Amino acid sequence: MPSFEVRLPTVVRQHAGNAVTVTGDGDTVGELFADLVRQYPGLRNYLISDDGTLHRFVNVYVNDEDIRYLGQLDTAVVAGDDVSILPAVAGG
Amino acid sequence: MTRYESVLDLIGNTPLVGIHALSPNPAVRIYAKLEGQNPGGSVKDRIALRMIVQAERDGLLTPGATILEPSSGNTGIGLAMVCRVKGYRLKIVMPENVSIERRQLLEIFGAEVILSPGEEGSNGGIRMAQAIAAEHPEYVFLYQYANAANPLAHYEGTGPEIWRDCPEIDVFVSGLGTTGTLMGVGRYLKERKPGVQIVAVEPPSGEIVQGLRSLDDGYVPPVFDPTVLDGKRIVRLGESIEFTRDLVNICGIFGGISSGAAVAGAVKVARKMTSGTIVVLLADGGWKYLSTGAWTDPIDEVVARSSTTIFF
Repeated sequence: MPSFEVRLPTVVRQHAGNAVTVTGDGDTVGELFADLVRQYPGLRNYLISDDGTLHRFVNVYVNDEDIRYLGQLDTAVVAGDDVSILPAVAGG
Repeated sequence: MTRYESVLDLIGNTPLVGIHALSPNPAVRIYAKLEGQNPGGSVKDRIALRMIVQAERDGLLTPGATILEPSSGNTGIGLAMVCRVKGYRLKIVMPENVSIERRQLLEIFGAEVILSPGEEGSNGGIRMAQAIAAEHPEYVFLYQYANAANPLAHYEGTGPEIWRDCPEIDVFVSGLGTTGTLMGVGRYLKERKPGVQIVAVEPPSGEIVQGLRSLDDGYVPPVFDPTVLDGKRIVRLGESIEFTRDLVNICGIFGGISSGAAVAGAVKVARKMTSGTIVVLLADGGWKYLSTGAWTDPIDEVVARSSTTIFF
């Protein structure tokens, strides 16, 4: 399985031992997140909602595209893809 | 007919201008909708007028009333212009670290600016405005993030204008902001042309500037309906500034930094198309961002500055 280095938003680093980036494996974003949660259980509540979908206030991008408009957590990732986690914020 | 009785009659009917020179594929045409041509200088004139007219119709706004609104700039300026004409007082809650031109413009238009802590970002401004609104029920709180008149302004205005001027449209691209533009234009265009794609461009969030203390400080505007969108992509600040410069250097269009972000998003969409037509909305002109150095300083320096200044 491909491995990905993911940069964490500042506000969730405290739930991953203050790591700025974390590394995990997976063929989908969901598998990658499961691997990250296995290493840093504190991340779970900040990535995934109780119903198993992506946390409402988190946006995840694969190669700059929001996975909510790709395959959600089932979005496939291959080696070399850029996976970014960003918090939802308002403009206006 | 170019004779009008009020500046408010100038809002809307903005031009579409080809920026095909920026398209990576000559078979993909890109038209920019220049919202900086609105009299208050941005797309937000549309929702400012529409929200005030709606509040008047609903009996919420009476002569001499005071309006309160959180805004990082353009909505405040649009409201201030409309309030001057209609005789309302206006208080704008704005983060202290937005570019100075925005505060100056608000004051020129007679608005009272209430500064929210810079480290709390625009979300902090929203929280402060909500708290003031709760303490002062006599203020009229239009609240663009949850006001149906915001997307309605685009359903009734921006969307029909695009359809009238460019019925061959395949993709509409716009920045996210309150999501009102994407919601209103998206709904209108999809009713007319079901295959049209609606793509949101999210500017780099600058989470430090936005001052998130926890993810639960995150914010999804109540007017947002994710089913209206077909895609959403992030554009980095460096790319946004590059395209802001390309717009003026290649097309002679002086747009704001969010316009550069929107164009960068449109170009990425164009790369994936074999042929077709994209309309991209440029929310404002560059005037209010001169002090950021976006056109004059090395791009990496401008990007570094984004950790202390709100650019959008």
